Amino acid sequence: MIRSVVVMALCYVACPAMVAAEGVVAPQATAAAAARKVVKIHGAGGVRGLESYQSGMLVSPDGRIVTAMSTVLDSDEIDCVLDDGRRFRGTLVGVDPRREIALLTIPATDLPAFTLEATDRVVTGTRILALSNLFAVAAGDERVSVQRGVVAAVVPLAARRGAAEAPYTGDVYVLDCTTNNPGSPGGAVVDSRGRLVGMLGKELRSTAGGIWLNYALPVDEIARGCEAIMAGTAAEQPAGGPLESLDLRAIGIVLVPDLIDRTPPFVESVVADSIAAQAGLRADDLVIAVGGASVASRAAVQQSVGRIAPGDPVRLSVIRDGAVVECDVGPRPRVREKP
Amino acid sequence: MIPTRLFLRRGIPAWRRIVAALVVMAGSGATARAFDVDPVVLEAEQSRIEAIRRASTAAVSIFAGDAGGGSGVLLTPDGYAATNFHVVQPAGAAMTCGLADGRLYDAVLVGIDPTGDLALVKLLGRDDFPCAELTNSDLVEVGDFCFAAGNPFLLATDLKPSISAGIVSGVHRYQFPAGTILEYTDCLQVDAAINPGNSGGGLFDATGRLIGVNGRASFEKRGRVNVGAGYAISSNQVRNFLGCLRAGRICDHATLGATVATSAEGRVVVSDILESSDAWRRGLRYDDEIIALAGRPVRTVNAFKNVLGTLPAGWQVPLVYRRGGRRTEVLVRLAGIHAPAQLATIVAGGAAEEEPRPGADAARPELPVAIRSVYDARPGFANHHFNVVERDRVAAAMVAVRDATALGPWVLSGRLATGDEFRIELSDTAASIDLPTGTSTLTVDDALDRNPVPPGSGGMLAALVLWRQLVTAGPAAVGRTTYWGTAPRDPSALGDAAIVDFVDVLESATSGVEARFAVDGGRVVSIDLWTSPDAEPCEVRLVWDEGGEGNPSATPARLEVRRGGQEFGTFVIEPSAPRGKAL
Repeated sequence: MIRSVVVMALCYVACPAMVAAEGVVAPQATAAAAARKVVKIHGAGGVRGLESYQSGMLVSPDGRIVTAMSTVLDSDEIDCVLDDGRRFRGTLVGVDPRREIALLTIPATDLPAFTLEATDRVVTGTRILALSNLFAVAAGDERVSVQRGVVAAVVPLAARRGAAEAPYTGDVYVLDCTTNNPGSPGGAVVDSRGRLVGMLGKELRSTAGGIWLNYALPVDEIARGCEAIMAGTAAEQPAGGPLESLDLRAIGIVLVPDLIDRTPPFVESVVADSIAAQAGLRADDLVIAVGGASVASRAAVQQSVGRIAPGDPVRLSVIRDGAVVECDVGPRPRVREKP
Repeated sequence: MIPTRLFLRRGIPAWRRIVAALVVMAGSGATARAFDVDPVVLEAEQSRIEAIRRASTAAVSIFAGDAGGGSGVLLTPDGYAATNFHVVQPAGAAMTCGLADGRLYDAVLVGIDPTGDLALVKLLGRDDFPCAELTNSDLVEVGDFCFAAGNPFLLATDLKPSISAGIVSGVHRYQFPAGTILEYTDCLQVDAAINPGNSGGGLFDATGRLIGVNGRASFEKRGRVNVGAGYAISSNQVRNFLGCLRAGRICDHATLGATVATSAEGRVVVSDILESSDAWRRGLRYDDEIIALAGRPVRTVNAFKNVLGTLPAGWQVPLVYRRGGRRTEVLVRLAGIHAPAQLATIVAGGAAEEEPRPGADAARPELPVAIRSVYDARPGFANHHFNVVERDRVAAAMVAVRDATALGPWVLSGRLATGDEFRIELSDTAASIDLPTGTSTLTVDDALDRNPVPPGSGGMLAALVLWRQLVTAGPAAVGRTTYWGTAPRDPSALGDAAIVDFVDVLESATSGVEARFAVDGGRVVSIDLWTSPDAEPCEVRLVWDEGGEGNPSATPARLEVRRGGQEFGTFVIEPSAPRGKAL
């Protein structure tokens, strides 16, 4: 404890020296440059304490955006607002349910973007800037909020959201600034030179103490997650850990947001070229049965799907244009915890 | 930060070993010689210590007994200090303020701005208070170092302010009114901890200059403690309202009389407009695109609200709009958001719930003796005493530059811009003006609103009559004359990052007319006169020579008269004949 206080104190004092000695970019310039690569995302939610907004990071000049996997993305209309105020409809490319990251794409080119590389981890004591649209303070072309802090620890995440354990249990950067705010998930954490260090995670509490955690997913994990999403293997994690229950989004199905007690399980959208798309599922299908057992709500669908063991067939019965249609999605992919 | 300071000051040898070990642990590798502290580090630390020391001396801890308290920041050596409206509202007219020197001072409420959550109080008993230097908040950048000095959780029982440091997280933020009328427009967002009790305290830049007044924070589910997003009223907004607050008034914010929306093409267009508004009279219509307001570009609806939110009701500001590819620039007079009675009701009503304010409402005790002589409750005013103080200050300045001969009749003659001659005569009882189009006269005991001559001017002669009364008899003698506040000397210069010059404004209601006089250096520089509240005012601008040696400029060099956005006439006054003879 004392150690970390002194480390932080040292870092604050050392800040101007590093600027002078290494010719590091001034924080104002770093903030301005990084902010251009952060996206304000608006999607589903806005009721029952669920925010309808979060942040994202541009990771390629042609419009790929990494963000946190959350209910905000449970929508056909994911609005991505760039730093210059331009607004694009985002398309969900895929998700990595274990790391809880999602990859979106927008139809734009020549965008300022972070370099997504599996670089070395930064060390405890590294000074960082955190950029996100916390509390949705910024609208249109207004710049996202910038906070400063220090990487206070690099530790495995042990956290929960409500009663549910967070699926990711790998290392995270614990930050000494309050980044655990509505709108922050998906925001960027950069070092003093503006290099991407990590992504602000979802709002989680520590399993140990119940306190809200201020943390970021390291950039190498994001890079690996995105690779897996692009390769279509995000849902097939290496064997070894406990089994992860299946998330429909892992096979390409986005259901309507779960907003009321018994939300009818309509399919909001189907990710193009996903397993679900190949199985013939379409937007606006109403799921009435999973594996032949009837399901009456969106929550029930998720529950039933979650019980399907890896390798077992995933069969969905849907109503389309007044008729029942059977969709055989194929065997459930393996999803495992990181060993 | 504090541990480091202690270490450095004491120079404990063990500290060096700890640092060395930590540098290795931290793997910073920033310098090979971790044992020697880079002089740049020491200099940076020293300058920060100095900035915090300076700011701390100007920081005010406000205690209002059972009514809670908060923070403030001294702005002038004679004790005027800014704070939040939501801090003073439960406190009432009197409060006790502590400074870092360990002393307590009585303080009295001066003026309030309930919409902008600002208030001005005056600490009593000294004319050499340490004070903060207001600086231009438009130059603040995201990423700038900043710190707050204040009284969070009312911890400053030793009267020493708490300092919390951070960076500027956002600029020109717009914060919706949170269930109250308090609207935070164009504010600074910081990650320095702003907690309940910090309200009203100063936000300072790296050199200890004042960039804002802290007042609000995003709280939500973590309870009423800071979560990394605090908001400060910008120093430029404080600057804009300072004159109106010193007037002891309950100040109102401005409205254009029009609402705007974002068009499909992303432009900011007029979505609704009142036909009674000055903007309508100046030609603004539905669907016109707003380009700039008060010298600042408007590209989003929030930007429009931001600019407007920093302006007091009653100012005249430039507006640039576009219709069908044609760009038009006009000067518009901004109305108030609230009716005066409405504002007074709101002020008397409940406190704002969303603002960080510890403590609770309590029965207001009787005023302390020290306060009674500087507090005067009157409808429409937070403290009328200070209105008289400011009015007397302006009156004294006017007497100081008044020509000794000014008490006789005044004759102003010369030529119009057209080359035609004119002659104006003003005395205690009558006034006349000879123009090529004819002669108009006015008896001073007339109801001035019945005779707005010369025809088409909207009451130019009445305006000059009141000007003469103001100069010869003083503001107190001209009907009901109050100190209104300050306004920019040149509205078209607003928005330039450079310093804005302000002039004092007096307001009179007399003989059926209302008039506003701008006074600069003891001289009236403009008069706006309304013969009825809804009429277009007659606007007289008095242009004075520089006033060099042997040229006392007892008469203005020129009168520029306008009405309804149109020029009525420019009167170039011949300096020789009338001056010194008739005046």
